[in-house]
Amino acid sequence: MVSDRLSQITNALERVMDPELPFLSITELGMIRGTEIDDEGKAIVHLSPTYSGCPATDAIQEDIRAMLSQIDSNFEIKLVLSPAWTTDWIQDSAKEKMRQNGIAPPEGSSADKSFLLGEAKSIACPQCGSNATKLVSPFGSTACKAHFKCKDCLEPFDHFKCI
Amino acid sequence: MNSENHQLLLRLGDDALILSQRLSEWCGHGPALEEDIALSNIALDLLGQARSFLTLAGAREGLNRTEDDLAYLRSDREFRNALLVELPNGHFGDTIMRQFLFDQFALLRYECLAAQRFDLDVAAISAKALKETKYHAEHSAKWVIRLGDGTDESHEKIQESLNTLWVYTGELFEPDTVTSYCTNNGLISDPDQLKSQWLESINLVLEEATLSLPSSEWMQCGGRNGIHTEHLSYLLAEMQVLQHKYPGAKW
Ligand SMILES: [Zn+2]
Repeated sequence: MVSDRLSQITNALERVMDPELPFLSITELGMIRGTEIDDEGKAIVHLSPTYSGCPATDAIQEDIRAMLSQIDSNFEIKLVLSPAWTTDWIQDSAKEKMRQNGIAPPEGSSADKSFLLGEAKSIACPQCGSNATKLVSPFGSTACKAHFKCKDCLEPFDHFKCI
Repeated sequence: MNSENHQLLLRLGDDALILSQRLSEWCGHGPALEEDIALSNIALDLLGQARSFLTLAGAREGLNRTEDDLAYLRSDREFRNALLVELPNGHFGDTIMRQFLFDQFALLRYECLAAQRFDLDVAAISAKALKETKYHAEHSAKWVIRLGDGTDESHEKIQESLNTLWVYTGELFEPDTVTSYCTNNGLISDPDQLKSQWLESINLVLEEATLSLPSSEWMQCGGRNGIHTEHLSYLLAEMQVLQHKYPGAKW
């Protein structure tokens, strides 16, 4: 019974998409840190926000509520800040989808701080695959992205920052 | 609840909130589109940090105050931010220098807070904030170097920014009962130690930027005790106007 309920919830959460990256679910982005049923029978969803000030966090909580209220009447979302969300939690399938949607996914491990320190490693262009790309601005269209330009196909693109 | 802990949370929350409000004034006015976006992004990160700290402060004080109550319904004398963050934006160089001096301080403060185990809620918020602050600090340091080691005009202007802002940096390391509470409980290193680390980091960048450290010893303080410059009142008037005019308004 309990495991049925949990797997229903897990399945429903896989259908909650990120409002900024609508082709990715919050599960694929590693934002769901677990689900459980507490002693009083309430389902608890542990959600890890990507950035402190990400405006999508409020929208995501509303979307989770809307999705879960179709199948469950007793649940609560708890924000987990520790350990802090990291791009290491993004599933590999999501990285491929990012590429298909014109976003260069985070490369390597967040433990590698070379990008942060300005020693930009080569980020492949998601349009043509060229490694001849240039950082235009470390701050992009949303908190989680940096802005790049491809020197070969000349297209601008977003890079999902590695944190 | 412990009043020093409450003061610490207000300092952290108010520094982030007021600087966020200041930076967001650049939205639509940045010198280049990329910079406009960068400053707005930084403002957004800071707002998120402020929300977490003020929510925690409200939850712990037991007066049923939310983050919004603390942001919108306190008067200037109740704010505990450092004077540095409330100063007007000035020109782009002034904003960058203010950001640089603050980022290098915030970095050290968050490193301590993220590593300690005395206050786990604060450690969790700080660990997240630290990741964001590293990014901000990298950005402001690069700009300081670019402007300082740039043209004669940009060099002269940003040296002037440093000279003007300098008297507001002493307050970041002013010892009082709250910093003693932090040091005694292993939350943050003692102010003297923090200050020498901070000087070491800013000197590295200033040297590369060919800028010189002002020699003035006299420092302005007051923000941590609620004695602010007139600039904070104008900032709050704009930030709080809606909640004053329509109390409890929601949208
Ligand atoms: Zn390309």
